[in-house]
Formats: sequence, C-alpha cells, structure tokens
Amino acid sequence: MDKVVASAAEAVADIRSGSSLAVGGFGLCGIPSVLIQALLDAGVTDLEAVSNNCGVDEWGLGVLLFNKRIRRMISSYVGENKEFARQYLSGELEVELTPQGTLAERLRAGGSGIPAFFTATGVGTQVAEGGLPWKYDANGNVEIASPPKEVRTFETAEGPKEFVLEQAIVCDFGLVRAWKGDRHGNLVFNKSARNFNPLAAMSGRVTIAEVEELVEPGELDPDSIHTPGVFVQRVVALTPEQAADKRVEKRTVRSAGEGA
Amino acid sequence: MAWTREEMAARAASELTDGSYVNLGIGLPTLVPNYVADDVELVLQSENGILGVGAYPTEDAVDPDLINAGKETVTLRKGASFFDSAMSFGMIRGGKIDAAILGAMQVSVKGDIANWMIPGKMVKGMGGAMDLVHGAKRVIVLMEHTSKDGEYKIVNECSLPYTGKGVVQRIITDLAVIDVTPEGLKLVELAPGVTEDEVREKTEPPLS
Repeated sequence: MDKVVASAAEAVADIRSGSSLAVGGFGLCGIPSVLIQALLDAGVTDLEAVSNNCGVDEWGLGVLLFNKRIRRMISSYVGENKEFARQYLSGELEVELTPQGTLAERLRAGGSGIPAFFTATGVGTQVAEGGLPWKYDANGNVEIASPPKEVRTFETAEGPKEFVLEQAIVCDFGLVRAWKGDRHGNLVFNKSARNFNPLAAMSGRVTIAEVEELVEPGELDPDSIHTPGVFVQRVVALTPEQAADKRVEKRTVRSAGEGA
Repeated sequence: MAWTREEMAARAASELTDGSYVNLGIGLPTLVPNYVADDVELVLQSENGILGVGAYPTEDAVDPDLINAGKETVTLRKGASFFDSAMSFGMIRGGKIDAAILGAMQVSVKGDIANWMIPGKMVKGMGGAMDLVHGAKRVIVLMEHTSKDGEYKIVNECSLPYTGKGVVQRIITDLAVIDVTPEGLKLVELAPGVTEDEVREKTEPPLS
C-alpha cells in the first residue's frame, strides 16, 4: 500500500469547481497551506469550505477567498480577515456561522456515520431559533437567513434540559496538515496544530494529507497515531522549506528575565 | 474607588480553587492567572486543544504550532496535554471544566448573556463562547459595570443577540460582585469606597 502522490498539484487534480472541502487548522496553526496553494493554482472556483477560520488576507484559505474561489463557508470565527468581511457584507460570499464545538462535532459525526446529534450549545439563540444572516444581497439586505432547528427536551442529571439538533457535515474532500505521516496515511500532528485536522480528515470522502515528514510504515508508534490511515486516501510529502513555512498570527513573548 | 482592571482580575482569581480546570476568555480574563495565590495550581484550558497552558514564550521559544485560543504564542506547564477540537469541546460540554471566565456586553437578571454580536456591525462569529457558557460548571462574567456611554450592561432583558440563556452564575465588575440567583440578582460584595446606591443606580434590575 502506498498512498503517496508525487505532488500537491496531482493530489488536488480531481477537486472540481463546486466541491466541498473540510479544511484543518485553527487560525494559521496547522493549516494545509501547500494544498491550498495547489488549489489556487488549479483554478477551481465556487468552493464550499468548512473550516474554523478563513485564514488572513494573504495566507491560508484567505488566498482562495481573496481570489474569489470560495462561494460558501462554514466557520465559527472569521474576525481576522478584512476581505472576508467585504465579500460577506456585499453578498459575494455565503457564511454559515456555527459554534466552534458544534462545528468540530459536526465534522466528527460526519466521518462517524452519525447524521445528526443534539447539543445544548446554541439553545435560546439564533443558532437554534434561526435568523442568522447567511447571505446578504448587493444592497446589504439579508437574502438568506439560517432556518430554525428542532429543539427537544431530554432528562439530564440536573433535570429536564433543552437541546438543539445539529446536522453532521460530510465533505467531498478533507484537506489536512500533519507533522508526520506514513505511506498508509497514518498521521501524527504536532502540539496545538492538531486542532481540527483529525476531524477534517474524518469528514472528507477523500482526504488528502500534506505531511511535514514522510516516514515508512512501521516507523510511527502505533500507540501514538492520532489519525489512522483509513481516514486518509492521499499523502503529499512536503519539502523542508514547505514544512518550515509557518506563520504566527499573534507573536506574544516575555523577556528571558520574567517568570514563567 | 472602583476596582482597576488589575484588581478586577485579582478578584476573579480569588474565585478559583486549587486544582481547578479553567477556561479564560480573551481580554481582561487573560490577566487572571497573574493574581492566583502561590498555593493554588490551576490547569488552564485553551479550546483549540490544550490543557495546561503556560506563560508566553521567550523569543527563542516561539513555536507556530503552539498557540492558545486567542491565536497567541504560548508555552506549556508540566502535566500539559494536547487533543483535537472535538475532544476539547467534549470536555467543555461534558461539564469537566470547573469554570469559565469571560467578558460580556450584556448580562440579564436571569443569567442570560450576550457577548458575540452587535447587529449592524461586522459579525466575527461566536467561536467557542456558546459552547463554553453551556458547558462550564461555573460561568463567571468579568466586565465593566456599565458601557462607555454609561448604559446598563446588567439588564432586565438582553437587547443584543444571546450567546446563551440562564447560564451565568456570578458577575464581577469594577464596582461589585453580583450573583444570579433564582430570586434575582444578589449583591455579594462592593469594591472599596463604592456605595450600594451607586451600584443600584447603575444596575437595571433590582438587587437584593
């Protein structure tokens, strides 16, 4: 078994315009930046991207957004991106805002054969009751608002409580960034770069992993694998330069003299 | 004299007991760990997937793969762990996190909270706030008592879109500590030099 493909361009070659993508990463941490660049180069458009954030103006999914390749986003937080705001408010981009934990679970459920689940998150808010603006028209009026969702009461240890039904997300493709991966697609992530990556991998019908270090089967400790290879169909080995090209959104430091 | 921001953070820190797992919102709540007593060890949760967040790194220890939920570079404390976002919110929703301290634009007499969206302004998203207010065992709001324009922030009904309803237990402001109870708001403590009358005047619902 060998899931390694020769290049990022080859790995994304069958992603068509209109495809849905589950993309790993949190902020700029652990994002599949090389696959994103390959998609930009491939020229596909009209994409639906499911990702906690949408990069910044010049990095991450922001580069696809900037070139108007994304039609719709499902995200929890999009605050760091001016072009995102402009496209959203001018009606060029549809946005489904979803609570972060609900988004993570929707991806996990999608890859686990669970079509929907109940959660307390969002009960009593527009997330459950509907009315969140998904799309504006060119004049700034809401063209599509989120629909109301089913709310049901369940018994809990603290008594009866309301929960809202949330739908799972299955995407045409999952795009993830891993620290190490082998030819079977087993993946290990680095520190907090794990974040949404294992869940995006689960959500994709076809998942493509870019790995900072490609190793042979058997080299990864089976007990330490975060995403088993069954969730991964293609592996792209990054060059050392690609692997090292990481951005920091907010560089916060202390001087060496300060206590930890 | 009302509490300064630092004194507010210190007052919030005194809520936290040794061994607590705590999630801190961005802004003022991030100051809280600076004021925790030496014999109190907290485990800070960052919802992007860390338990045991430490101080900011020194310049040579900055790691793009090690950030907190505010996307700031951080370090780890001993005993830290990493996990994916589904497990992170599993522990939040599952009631495993002892306390969440977060800012707010409005809190109501019933413990409703609005802190994510102002209609007509750019919507940035709720991030993990809606999950946290429902999941954490204690939700403590740390905020200025009134808005910059002097408007009520502690209100009968939130006019802004809700983050969650009936979820806040305690409010710590620059003027006072107030509990949300089934009987209404209860004044627990006044900042030094602040009068009960001043707090009542700046709080829309009645205080007992």
